[in-house]
Amino acid sequence: MRYLPLDNEDRAEMLEVIGVRNVEDLFGCVPKEARLSELIDLPYHQPESEVEKHMTKLSNKSISASSVPFFCGAGAYKHHVPSSVDHLIQRSEFLTAYTPYQPEISQGTLQVLFEFQSQVAILTGMEVANASMYDGSTACAEAVVMAKRVTRKHKAIIAPGLHPHYSLATDTLASSVGVDVCILEQKISSDYKVLDLIDDETACVVVQSPNVFGEIVDLTPIAEKAHLHKALLIAVFTEPVALGLIKSPGEQGADIVVGEGQGIGVGLNFGGPHVGLFACNKKHVRQMPGRICGETIDAAGNRAFVLTLSTREQHIRRDKATSNICTNSGLCCLAFSIHMSLLGGDGLRKLAILNHESASLLATRIDKIKGAKVLNNTFFNEFTVKLDKNAKDVVHSLANKNILGGVPFSRLSKAGPKDILLICATEIVDEHDIESLCKALEEELR
Amino acid sequence: MSMNNQGRVTAPKAITSVASESFSGNKALDQATKLIFETGSFNKTGIDFPEPKGIKYRLGGLEQTKNIELPGLSEPETLRHYVRLSQKNYAIDLGVYPLGSCTMKHNPRLNEKVARLPGFSDVHPLQPIGTVQGALELMYELSNWLTKLCNMPAVALTPKAGAHGELCGMMTIRARLDADGNSHKRRVFVPESAHGTNPATAVQCGFFVDELPANDKGCIDMDVLRLKISDLGSDNDIAGIMLTNPNTCGLFESDIIEISELIHTAGGYFYCDGANFNALVGRVRPGDLGVDAMHINLHKTFSTPHGGGGPGSGPTVLSDALKDYAPVPYVVKDKSGRFDLIEDINDISMGRLCAFHGQMGMYTRALSYMMSHGSDGLKQATEDAVLNANYILASLSDLMTLAYPGHCMHEVLFDDTFLENTGVDTLDFAKAMIDEGYHPMTMYFPLVVHGAMLIEPTESESKYELDRFIATMRGLANRAKSGDIKSFKAAPQHSPTKRVDETLAARKPVLRYGS
Amino acid sequence: MSVYYTKDHEWIRVSQNVGVIGISSHAATQLGDVVYVELPELGKKLIKGEELAVVESVKAASEVYSPVAGEVLSVNETLEDQPQTVNESPDDGGWFVKISISDLNDLESLMSQDEYSAYCIAS
Repeated sequence: MRYLPLDNEDRAEMLEVIGVRNVEDLFGCVPKEARLSELIDLPYHQPESEVEKHMTKLSNKSISASSVPFFCGAGAYKHHVPSSVDHLIQRSEFLTAYTPYQPEISQGTLQVLFEFQSQVAILTGMEVANASMYDGSTACAEAVVMAKRVTRKHKAIIAPGLHPHYSLATDTLASSVGVDVCILEQKISSDYKVLDLIDDETACVVVQSPNVFGEIVDLTPIAEKAHLHKALLIAVFTEPVALGLIKSPGEQGADIVVGEGQGIGVGLNFGGPHVGLFACNKKHVRQMPGRICGETIDAAGNRAFVLTLSTREQHIRRDKATSNICTNSGLCCLAFSIHMSLLGGDGLRKLAILNHESASLLATRIDKIKGAKVLNNTFFNEFTVKLDKNAKDVVHSLANKNILGGVPFSRLSKAGPKDILLICATEIVDEHDIESLCKALEEELR
Repeated sequence: MSMNNQGRVTAPKAITSVASESFSGNKALDQATKLIFETGSFNKTGIDFPEPKGIKYRLGGLEQTKNIELPGLSEPETLRHYVRLSQKNYAIDLGVYPLGSCTMKHNPRLNEKVARLPGFSDVHPLQPIGTVQGALELMYELSNWLTKLCNMPAVALTPKAGAHGELCGMMTIRARLDADGNSHKRRVFVPESAHGTNPATAVQCGFFVDELPANDKGCIDMDVLRLKISDLGSDNDIAGIMLTNPNTCGLFESDIIEISELIHTAGGYFYCDGANFNALVGRVRPGDLGVDAMHINLHKTFSTPHGGGGPGSGPTVLSDALKDYAPVPYVVKDKSGRFDLIEDINDISMGRLCAFHGQMGMYTRALSYMMSHGSDGLKQATEDAVLNANYILASLSDLMTLAYPGHCMHEVLFDDTFLENTGVDTLDFAKAMIDEGYHPMTMYFPLVVHGAMLIEPTESESKYELDRFIATMRGLANRAKSGDIKSFKAAPQHSPTKRVDETLAARKPVLRYGS
Repeated sequence: MSVYYTKDHEWIRVSQNVGVIGISSHAATQLGDVVYVELPELGKKLIKGEELAVVESVKAASEVYSPVAGEVLSVNETLEDQPQTVNESPDDGGWFVKISISDLNDLESLMSQDEYSAYCIAS
């Protein structure tokens, strides 16, 4: 077995040192009735070549995003990731290190986390950020639970336009700690009915922008109303690239900003691993979940970094912890940070403009198709199209023509309208792709 | 002769050490590394883009008009920055990483390769089901391996880490209790040796914690548990127990079958923290112990890389009693062999844990690991892990103090009694290991013994590496006992960074550049 | 003016019906370098034994319980910037809150300084 360094001679010598006859004796503490005598009915070990062959066969049964005209968004985005990102995250010292509990021999990971936190804080327009969460949806759920701790109030209002999966993940977690999660009915237009619902009982209001329909929401009036009632505004985003072109949530008055960072540096991965971003203002930092890295000095007086404010966390606070989380999305936040360093502020803006232009060209073209209507007033790189046909059927027909043409809204919410299609165009979409999609749509809707 | 004046002395002369600060701040291979904020600038970039066309924005007047002050670097600068940083990290690929309870085993590179195959890494979670059959088949195969190894009927794949798996299991238990009209059952037993995540999870799921003490053998004190349960009578509020097995002392809970029966008789459920499942794979199946739910840390037992803190993955196996309450989504296979994804919540499901289908990138790596080992190799790996830990136990227990007598499972727990009156404590000892080129073991955990040192070698260490490690530990223990405490207090001296001031970091938090 | 101690290592110094509350030097030493103190809001009404504050070191966090019932009159704002005062002067400058005592009978169950010293040695 190629991964096991011990041979039978080693094993025999070691058993002798231990003073037992065989390895069976070391399992003597296991009740007899629970000891297996035979091998479990699963295949035997295989060489690399065989495993790889099997995996390649499985991989080939799916259509990958890069191989066809591709227009899916709705929480996960296809962008070009520079080659150096994947090269660097595969370095042994990053890949095969544990959580940096020993700062003297973990400064690599720790400095990356410090830089990552700084990047996220700047991007979101907030004072501080943590070292990442599992993904955007769990970050959103944790933010609502945090708002309960900060305000000592129990009502959370979920504004229309929050990704339905985020709503559900938030409801699942927050309800179990006694938050009254009030999810408003989905609708594309931001008519601000949510403002009427904010009252003194409200702990937080959760607003996504750009929202799941692609519409950009002005957060300022919501923040003002929330603050009037001592409630927090939790701003959510699913596409970090949007922040290259849109005013940051922090500038619009958000108290907590959470989002999905996958769009920068991390591939689609069929939904995971991704990387949850979590930022807030300094006065609430001790209620923030997740790991945090801070700057300090070492015994020689040199700058050093270390995990800090750990008393919030489960390994010290146990049942009184802010969250049970004990990992972050380490390697994915490294990927995010590297990609962001390659982009820089201006590069991010340019990338964002290219995304917006791709989507604008596509929206203009789709609006000319009979039986299709773009519903958005505003958007960044994705928007909502109302079709004369069932969107799921249309998407399936497009897939048969090797076009991944978007996400039917009913896929996210069974109760949602059947004729709504969410379409995304990032910088990877070219004019040829747009023509392929629109021609196929024209055929479908004829 | 033809005179050549290019000759130089090539053998080193005996040197007297000259300690001078370098002008560069570097120390040979150890390169000083500024922050990207100190070397980059927002108008510099390492990526070439085509020029935008200048199409009118449709942003509703909410465009960002200010510069975004994120530093950019060119590609060569980026490579250098991160390569230099990487060299300040310890890693499994570099040496023994004996962190107890963390299972730092070898990460096969085949797994990295297969995880990057486009049919897994470059598919969108919301593509039409017909276009992702290979990805779903992989998830189905992984489920098959996990349920067979555990002898459990179902597995929820979506939890994104071990602690997320705990949430999954405990919320599923809660959903079942509520469905049966048992919403008053909220007491969860948690041993005091448990990981901090257990009590944190229980509370996050709306339960309250009743702590169980350990007996003098490091296992649950059964007299206390029996009494707690028999005492309740009609006020039975028992929801279940969260129990790590083998426990965090590296010991198999030998009364586990009675524990499971007691809990079930009281109408509760048995949550097993599967962090130490790597000590059991192929030899003991949780389903045979009466477990109702258990998360499996794919990043421990099945070797997906830890990546400096994540991402992890925590699929949670479920018993017949709980499987209908599992979170969405999950994969099913129909008679024709086609795979489908159930994404809509039914009436009894505990809900949804995250946006999509969990950690696909970890599923591929874990399955690749399992297929490479096979049922025979997985069992051998378990045995080698237990053998390695016991070899360390046997080779050190005359000099260091074993917390509990007898053999251990996959990890061995020492306490700090052997350091009594030496002036050296567990932390000093750990830092001295750094100077010896080792990552320290887990220290001060579990909380049930004083100055805990928990060593988990895993099956990935050769006898050669173990013997070197043992010799080092013996050397350090003898040095401490000899009264030479100076080198411990000054340790680590050879690491790029010396002991850091954690008090300063916590008192005056500086959590980002420019704050 | 008299000082009373609890088994949870809080002290209360009483003058008429006003008490000043802190933690003992024994507790401060056990905790290690104090890095943060979370103090209650002014005017907060407490019952005896209720959580009054949280005191944190790098590796530990402890709740501080009120030895008596009463209402918070003032808090030691020095601790916000200089939490180390709890280590440097636990019995004096490192006080946490000033409280108006609603029932002086609450003091009867507490220990004197000598009793507390004996208690620490015994436990």
